[in-house]
Amino acid sequence: MENLFNLFIRNVFTENMVFAYFLGMCSFLAVSKTVKTSVGLGIAVVFVITVTVPVNWLLENYLLKAGALSWLGPAFEGVDLSFLSFLLFIAVIAAIVQLIEMVIEKTAPALYNALGIFLPLIAVNCAVLGAALFMQEREYGTIAEATVYGFGAGFGWALAIVVLAAIREKLKYSNVPVPLRGLGLAFILTGLLAIAFMGFSGIKI
Amino acid sequence: MKNLKLLINPLNNENPITVQVLGICSALAVTVQMKPAIVMALSVTVVTAFSNLIISMGRNTIPPRIRIIVQLVVVAFLVIVVDQLLKAYVYDVSKKLSVFVGLIITNCILMGRLEAFAMNNKPWESFLDGIGNGAGYGLILIALSTFRELLGSGSLMGYQLIPESVYQLGYKDNGMMILPPMALITVGLIIWIQRSYNTKLIEK
Repeated sequence: MENLFNLFIRNVFTENMVFAYFLGMCSFLAVSKTVKTSVGLGIAVVFVITVTVPVNWLLENYLLKAGALSWLGPAFEGVDLSFLSFLLFIAVIAAIVQLIEMVIEKTAPALYNALGIFLPLIAVNCAVLGAALFMQEREYGTIAEATVYGFGAGFGWALAIVVLAAIREKLKYSNVPVPLRGLGLAFILTGLLAIAFMGFSGIKI
Repeated sequence: MKNLKLLINPLNNENPITVQVLGICSALAVTVQMKPAIVMALSVTVVTAFSNLIISMGRNTIPPRIRIIVQLVVVAFLVIVVDQLLKAYVYDVSKKLSVFVGLIITNCILMGRLEAFAMNNKPWESFLDGIGNGAGYGLILIALSTFRELLGSGSLMGYQLIPESVYQLGYKDNGMMILPPMALITVGLIIWIQRSYNTKLIEK
């Protein structure tokens, strides 16, 4: 079992969901206008990924992968249901996001309005499904590893969006050419941040 | 005519990538070469149009609490069909696209249009909206991939355009163009150019 702390740090920096794997870009670019909404979306995404990865880990290990069903009886040892993983993972994610949408609508209506269409879009945020698929590919041995991985991936995404929002807020007072302001600049900034994060790629922990 | 607007608007005023900020992830990943980009654009257009059609036909019967799950199932089904067709007719390109055909399921354009349009509009309009948005997405994909393939490999659609003699003179392919960060910067430049001409799009 790997060192859990190393696992967390690695997924926040070296293998950052946004800057290394470029997952979850749409909501990342569209919601990063202010730090306040970015923190809100970031927390929602951290919550979704931290909950869905361990749940999907349980599904993967007790239902989906080759030999997973052997707890039912020796007759099921050869069963390999991994072709269903795509469908099952996304169903779990969709259900949990629908739950969170209902909770946010009741408890923080201002945040609900600010996030708009991007809240249901967390369900198809490639970062969430990507985290589940990476968990499956890397075959984490224990649920603790899977949970720490999920928390690290979500935290990395949240960190990325808050960093971009902070830079964009500061740049509002700069003399940027008018057609480039806003979205165009966000794309260029993300590209530059990605190049910067490439610097982490040699670190092995 | 109102229906014509559904087809034309997403090409410029409501472009899914440069205005609505949807479908970015795949735009970065498949635009390293032109051929996979074109196949991807056609696949997304087909899936968006038909999923818009199907969900719009069922929009009054789907219970709001499970609508995301229903939408995802419809989209997943269509993507599986498209994936099989690609494997049968253009196998070499399907290999290059590999996971990204599956990831059309999570392509924000689909969910975005389903939630924003198909759930509230009639079937024929939704179908046209799907085609329009697919076309807008395809336009940006073709622009991006032309740029990246030409500068990153010196070729277009697989045909080597920059002759050997230029390489002998010391010209080197821009390796950064093959990496995603440059795709991001190129999209930023495309947005800059688009908004210079179409000043309505500039944010206040």
